[in-house]
Amino acid sequence: MGMTMTQKILAAHAGLDSVEAGQLIEARLDLVLGNDITSPVAIHEMDKMKVEGVFDKDKIALVPDHFVPNKDIKSAEHCKCVREFAKRNKITNYFEVGQMGIEHALLPEKGLTVAGDVVIGADSHTCTYGALGAFSTGVGSTDMAAGMATGLAWFKVPSAIKFVLTGKPAKWISGKDIILHIIGMIGVDGALYKSMEFVGDGIQYLSMDDRFTIANMAIEAGGKNGIFPVDNRAVAYMKEHSVKEYKIYEADEDAVYDEEYVIELDKLKPTVAFPHLPENTHTIDEVGDIAIDQVVIGSCTNGRLDDLRIAAKILDGHKVKEGIRTIIIPATQKIYLQAMEEGLLKIFIEAGAVVSTPTCGPCLGGYMGILAEGERCVSTTNRNFVGRMGHVNSEVYLASPAVAAASAITGKISSPEEVM
Amino acid sequence: MKAHGRVFRYGDNVDTDVIIPARYLNSSDPAELATHCMEDIDKDFVKKVQKGDIIVADKNFGCGSSREHAPIAIKAAGVSCVIAETFARIFYRNAINIGLPIIECPEASKGIEAGDEVEVDFDSGMIYNLTRNTQFKGQAFPEFMQKIIAAEGLVNYINNKNN
Repeated sequence: MGMTMTQKILAAHAGLDSVEAGQLIEARLDLVLGNDITSPVAIHEMDKMKVEGVFDKDKIALVPDHFVPNKDIKSAEHCKCVREFAKRNKITNYFEVGQMGIEHALLPEKGLTVAGDVVIGADSHTCTYGALGAFSTGVGSTDMAAGMATGLAWFKVPSAIKFVLTGKPAKWISGKDIILHIIGMIGVDGALYKSMEFVGDGIQYLSMDDRFTIANMAIEAGGKNGIFPVDNRAVAYMKEHSVKEYKIYEADEDAVYDEEYVIELDKLKPTVAFPHLPENTHTIDEVGDIAIDQVVIGSCTNGRLDDLRIAAKILDGHKVKEGIRTIIIPATQKIYLQAMEEGLLKIFIEAGAVVSTPTCGPCLGGYMGILAEGERCVSTTNRNFVGRMGHVNSEVYLASPAVAAASAITGKISSPEEVM
Repeated sequence: MKAHGRVFRYGDNVDTDVIIPARYLNSSDPAELATHCMEDIDKDFVKKVQKGDIIVADKNFGCGSSREHAPIAIKAAGVSCVIAETFARIFYRNAINIGLPIIECPEASKGIEAGDEVEVDFDSGMIYNLTRNTQFKGQAFPEFMQKIIAAEGLVNYINNKNN
């Protein structure tokens, strides 16, 4: 029986010729990731293990990004714990304020994740690196601790769902619209425990930033991982950003999939997920009049350069509507600098938006844009659960950077067509 | 090993943000996290929960963020077991890794209401609804996971293996 792309990567890292869905394996890890919320718990767990430090100081990435720059004293203590652990263990890839970015934008940019890798991260959006043809998945702090100590993790080999993306994306359609459409179609547990393997001729039209966005939200369908085939564009990205050796795996022709869906990219419409689940999707033409109080453009889902460029294209020459707090967060220092050099930040500031240092802040209701009771936000982030961005009676509508930017101008959820 | 307690009953897609909101994640102290457990879905939970109580939910319990603080908060609040139709996969791993017993059982999920008195036998996987005099067979753990549970979590399991 043939193997999926994910199964082939897992088999190779478990030292096996083949694996099948449901099999329990122990796999070698190429990278273990943690942030300022999950690492302190992992470090505490690792202290209880009878081990002499970490398995490989070059294969651990520690990225304080959630409540950084420190939002309060307790957060500062967490960051201090991570910083001291990194120093004690001589961790190569610890990223301090000034170098840090939102982890899932930062790691590929720093060349730390490449095709063929097996990566675990104590952050659910670790699935992002599937865009480069890696197997990467989110875990908790204890798994992170075990990974840091041993360089190994146990997995149940997942079965897979195949998503065939066909055609050229319609106007304004980005990776965000594609993944929201898919989550709306299969539901927030539609891919529970499974791989989401994306294939098809439509992929050639998707930038790497679009692919990162799609793989990033695999977890929002319950997926174990999302993964793309490695094409010339992915190879070019890795050559530009990484010196690591990469390995291309392809699914067998007779690989077995639980289900198969065809997504016609040329027929999609901008898509918005209503509160309080990412599966509550509506296309922009059926949204109706929904007045908003805030717009957030950023996060590990949509804080990359492509995202800022499209937002700037829409905001250029416009003002955000009076009273609409518009918060734009470049995901890394490099993206921030590029956005500055391209004049995007000037457009944002002249439009009346604020531009923030990289942080996960508002996405998870940490800081830098918390909602009061009854307030609504259009956000390019990834979750719209109850209380996610603030008060338990506030609302988050998930959308693309294009829809978010257009909504900032009109003060209600809007299609880019309304302002362009 | 057995669990025995009164049931708190929740629906589909209980996410880790409502189990322990991110505004409290500047702490990793189990006792402190427990005081905010389920706060955004059930304000009365922490007032009412007693040691040994059981959470029963429908599908996809624990979806969303990978925060291990979620099962830690539930365990520290005194909950002895979570029964659901299905669990989100990261929560499932985390619960096993920290030694919070969880069982997938769609039938039990349908046949148990809030306030019912329930007993769970982890060795046999049997779930007894003492209030309604019904019983259900939960999904048994694979052998590998049983070893982690027997060691009361992944850390001890690794320590035992290295000895």
